[in-house]
Amino acid sequence: MNAPRPKVRIATTSLAGCFGCHMSFLDIDEHLFELVELVEFDRSPLTDIKHCGPCDIGLIEGGVCNAENVHVLREFRRNCKTLIAVGACAINGGLPAQRNHLDLEACLREVYVSRDGLGEGGVPNDPELPLLLDKVRPIHELVRIDYFIPGCPPSGEAIWKFLTDLIAGRTPRLSYPMMHFD
Amino acid sequence: MSKRFLFDGRPVVFEDGQTILQAARAAGHYIPHLCWHPDFPPHGSCKLCIVKVAGRHVSSCAMPAKEGMEVESNTPEINGERRALLQMLFVEGNHFCPSCEKSGNCQLQALAYDLEMTGERFAHFFPERPVDSSHPDVLLDFNRCIFCELCVRASRDVDGKNVFALTNRGINKHLVVNAESGRLGDTDLAADDLAANICPVGVILKKRVGFATPIGERTYDVKPIHIVAMEDGK
Amino acid sequence: MTSHEVPAVPIESIVRKHGGDPTRLLQILIDVQESIGWLPPPALTSVAAALSIPRSRVEGVAGFYHFLHKRPVGRFHLQFADNITERMQGSAELMASLCSKLWVEPGRVSEDGLVSVETTSCIGMGDQGPALLVNGMPLTRLSHQRINQIAELVRREAPLSSWPPEFFRVDDNIRRADALLSLEMAPGAALRAAVALGRDGWMEQMQISNLRGRGGAGFTTAVKWMACRDAAAPEKVVVCNADEGEPGTFKDRVLLTRMADVVFEGMTLAAWAVGACRGFVYLRGEYRYLLESLREALSLRRAENLLGRGIQGIAGFDFDIEIHLGAGAYVCGEETALLESLEGKRGTPRIRPPFPVTHGYLGRPTVVNNVETLAKTCLIALGGGEAFAATGTAQSTGTKLLSISGDCAQPGIYEYPFGVPIERVLEDCGASDIQAVQVGGAAGITLASYEFHRRIAFEDVPTAGAFMVFDSSRDLFEVARNFVDFFAHESCGFCTPCRVGTALLKKAMKKLAEGRGAKTDLADIEWIDRLLKNASHCGLGSAAPNPVVDTLLKFRPAYERRLQSLDFEPAFDLDAALAAARRASGRDDPGAHIGAEEAGQNG
Repeated sequence: MNAPRPKVRIATTSLAGCFGCHMSFLDIDEHLFELVELVEFDRSPLTDIKHCGPCDIGLIEGGVCNAENVHVLREFRRNCKTLIAVGACAINGGLPAQRNHLDLEACLREVYVSRDGLGEGGVPNDPELPLLLDKVRPIHELVRIDYFIPGCPPSGEAIWKFLTDLIAGRTPRLSYPMMHFD
Repeated sequence: MSKRFLFDGRPVVFEDGQTILQAARAAGHYIPHLCWHPDFPPHGSCKLCIVKVAGRHVSSCAMPAKEGMEVESNTPEINGERRALLQMLFVEGNHFCPSCEKSGNCQLQALAYDLEMTGERFAHFFPERPVDSSHPDVLLDFNRCIFCELCVRASRDVDGKNVFALTNRGINKHLVVNAESGRLGDTDLAADDLAANICPVGVILKKRVGFATPIGERTYDVKPIHIVAMEDGK
Repeated sequence: MTSHEVPAVPIESIVRKHGGDPTRLLQILIDVQESIGWLPPPALTSVAAALSIPRSRVEGVAGFYHFLHKRPVGRFHLQFADNITERMQGSAELMASLCSKLWVEPGRVSEDGLVSVETTSCIGMGDQGPALLVNGMPLTRLSHQRINQIAELVRREAPLSSWPPEFFRVDDNIRRADALLSLEMAPGAALRAAVALGRDGWMEQMQISNLRGRGGAGFTTAVKWMACRDAAAPEKVVVCNADEGEPGTFKDRVLLTRMADVVFEGMTLAAWAVGACRGFVYLRGEYRYLLESLREALSLRRAENLLGRGIQGIAGFDFDIEIHLGAGAYVCGEETALLESLEGKRGTPRIRPPFPVTHGYLGRPTVVNNVETLAKTCLIALGGGEAFAATGTAQSTGTKLLSISGDCAQPGIYEYPFGVPIERVLEDCGASDIQAVQVGGAAGITLASYEFHRRIAFEDVPTAGAFMVFDSSRDLFEVARNFVDFFAHESCGFCTPCRVGTALLKKAMKKLAEGRGAKTDLADIEWIDRLLKNASHCGLGSAAPNPVVDTLLKFRPAYERRLQSLDFEPAFDLDAALAAARRASGRDDPGAHIGAEEAGQNG
C-alpha cells in the first residue's frame, strides 16, 4: 500500500511559440522542488531529449506553422496519454496566426526576393529547413487535444494548479484569477 | 399577491411585461448575455441568454415571464451550450486577445472566463476582415464582431445617425458603415456618439487610448462579469 | 456600361413609381436591378437619397437577397437549381458543361461581361428538372442537347424573346386531383356564399372545418383569423405566403398558375372574416415569371367588384391585393421574416411574441396564410365546414397537395385526403425499389422503408407538400449534405447557432465527403445539431439539422463508410498546405511533403 507512487512522466515542447509558456512554467519557482518529486521529464527543452517516448502527459506550447511542427505534434500525440494545449498559440494560433490573412508565397517573395539586401539567394530551399504551412493552425485542428490551459502565457500558478489537479486525479479546473486569454 | 416564477428553484417576483431576464436580474440573478443591453429592447441574436422552460429552450431576454414557470439557467447542460455558443463566436471571427485593446474589458472574453471556456472545439474560419482606420478618432476592427448590433441600434435609435448596418447574410454577414466609400471616415460618426462607445467587444475602439489600464486592474481582471453586469447595468 | 456609370433618371422615376415609399425598398431595388443589371454602389446611394433613408439600410437590404447583385453579373445570368433531385438528374455535370462551353467559371462573370453561371436553391421545378433561371426566367428539362443550344444562343447574344418557347414551358403535371384541384368555381362564388353567412357565420364554418395551415406548421386557421379579428388595432392585413422555398415543393406554383383566382378569393374570404382592408401576396423571386398573369387576374377581379371598395356592394367591405416580390431568400417563408421583407427590410425573423395576428405588417394585426390554405377556404365557403371536415382525418381535415419529385415514373402534383400512407403515394407515382422518402423538404423528415406505412397527416408525418423519392441507388449522405449546404446558404445569419452552426455543419459534411472524416466528427456533428435545434432563433435554424439527425439515425453506414479514422483527422490536406511553400522554394524533396499518419498510430 505504501509503495512510492511511480513518477508521472511528462514531455514538453514549443512549436510555433515563443517559449514564453515554458518560461512561465519555470515561474512556479519553489514548486519546482515539489514537482520533481512527482514527475520526471521525457522530451523537453529542460532535458534536451530529442524524441518523445511513452509519457503520461504532454504539454504543447505554440501552434503549427511548419512541417516539423506537424511531425513533433504527431509524435507527442502518439506517445502521451494526455495531451495539453498550453497558451494562446497552441489554442488558437496566437501571434503567428496573424499571418493567416497574408498569402504565403507573396510573403516569402516579399522577404527573400523583392526586398533590398535579402534578394540575392531567393527563397531558401535547404531541405534541412522545415517548410511553412499556408496557414498557422491551432493544435486541436491537427490532433485530438485533451485539455487547454489558456493565457499568453498562462501563469505559473495556473500551470501548477492544472498539473497538480491532473496528477492527483482531479479534473483540472482553473480558478477565476487564473483564467485569462492575454 | 404578486406574480412569481421559479428561477433555478428559487422564487422570483415579476411584473407583467417583464422578460425572464429582466425579472431575474431585478431579483439579483445573473443570466449571461452579449446582445442584450438594459437601455434597449431585446434583440435575441447572441443566444447566450438561453434558458430552459418546461423542457424547451427560450431566449430569456425576449420571453415574457409567466406565473408559475420553472426556469433552468445555471445548470451544467445550459452552461455547456452557452460555452459552445462562445466557441462558435471565437472561431467565426479572429479573436486574438493578447493584441486587443479591449482585452480585460471585453464582454465576450469575460463570459468565456466566467463559463470556463478554456479552449476550443471547432476549426477556425480565419475570415478576411480588413480594419478601417479612416476615421480620425475611431478605429474599426471587424475581426472581433459578434453581430450584437448594439452599434447599429445605438446609432439609429439614440444618435439618430444610422452610421452602422449589417449587410449580406449567413456566415458572410458583416458590418457596413453609412458611406458609399465604405469608410468610417466618410460618415458623421463622432467619438462621443453612443454608437462609438457601446461595443461589448473590440470592434469599435477609440484611437490614442491603447492599453490604458494595466493588466490586473481592468474591469474583468478585478471581478467576473456576473458581478460587474449586476453592478452597472451593462 | 462601365461599372460606375449610373443613370440617375431611371432610379428617380422608379422610386417615384413606388410612391417614394421606403417600405417598398426591396421592390425598388428589384426594379433598379432590372433596369441596370446589377446594383452598383452609386445606385444604392441614389436610391437612399431618393427615399430619404440612410444608405446603410439600403446596402443592408441589397446584400441580404441572393437575387440582388452588389457585384456585376453577366448580361446572361444563369442560375442552376441545386436541389438534390436536380443533382440526381445530373445538374452539376450540365452546369460544368455549360461553363466549359462558355469559358466561364461558376460564380464569376466572363471577361466580356456576357455571361455568369452559378447555382441557386430549389426553384420549384422539381417535377421537370434539371432546371435553371436565365435572367429570372425558368428554363426546364435541361439536357446536354439543350445546354448546347443555350451556349450557342448566349454566344450569339440572342435576346431571350427569340429563344425557343419550348425551353420555357412549365407544365402543371397534375397527376391526382381531389377536392381542390377539381374545383371549378366562377369568380366570386365562394365570396358570395361567405357574405351570405355574415362575418360570424363564415368564421363559424371555418371553425367547423378545422382547416389547418398548409405551410407546414399546421396552426388552426380559424384560431389565427379570430385572433386577428379580435386584435384591437385597426387596418388589418391579409398576407398570402407564396414564398414557396422549401426544396422539393412546387404545389403553390401550380395553384398560382391554374387557380390564382381561387387563391385571391381565399384572401378576400380571410379579409371578410377578420375585417382586413389590405392584402399582399409575397411571391418568391423564382416565380417572378408569374407576376404579369397574376396582376391581370387581380385587375379582372377589381373590374368585377371582387376587390376594391364596397366589395359585392357591401359598404365598408374594402379590400385590395398587391403583389410583392421576394428575391431569393428561403428564410422569408418564415412569417415574421416575410413581414420584415414586405416592409422593405432584411428578412430577419422577429422575436415572438408578439405574434403577427396582433403585431404584423407595420405593427398591424396580420393574418399570414399559405397559398394552399387560402385556396382551401373557398371549398369551405362553397360546401360548408362540415363537408370539408368529412375528408381526411379527425385532426387533419381535408386534402393535401403533394409535390412529388425524385426517383419515380410520374413526378408532379398529387392531391390526397389527409391520412394517405406513404406506400400508397409511392405506388401511385410509380416508384419502386425505394430506400427513403424526404417528406416536407429539407426541413422535413427522412423516412426509411420500414416507415412507409406511416401516413401524411399533422399527427403523423406533417408536410408543407414536398415529397422527394430516393431509390436504392442513392447515397443518403449526399442527400443530407445537399440539404446542409442549402441551410448554410439560406441562413439569415441573425443568431449565433444558425449563422455559425450551419457553416460548421457544412464544413463537417465536406470533410466527410472528402474522405477526411473521423469518429470525432460524428460526435461534433451531433453536438452542432443539438445547438441548432435548441438555441436557434427561428424554425430555419432548428430544422437545419433534421436531415442529418434523421440520416445519422437511419442511414448511419452512409456516414461511417466515409470515415478515414476511428479517432481524429484534420479537416484539411496537410500536404496541400505545404504546396505554396514548395512552389516558392522550388523544393520537392521528401522533407517537403507530409504523408498521412501511418496506421496504428493514433493521430
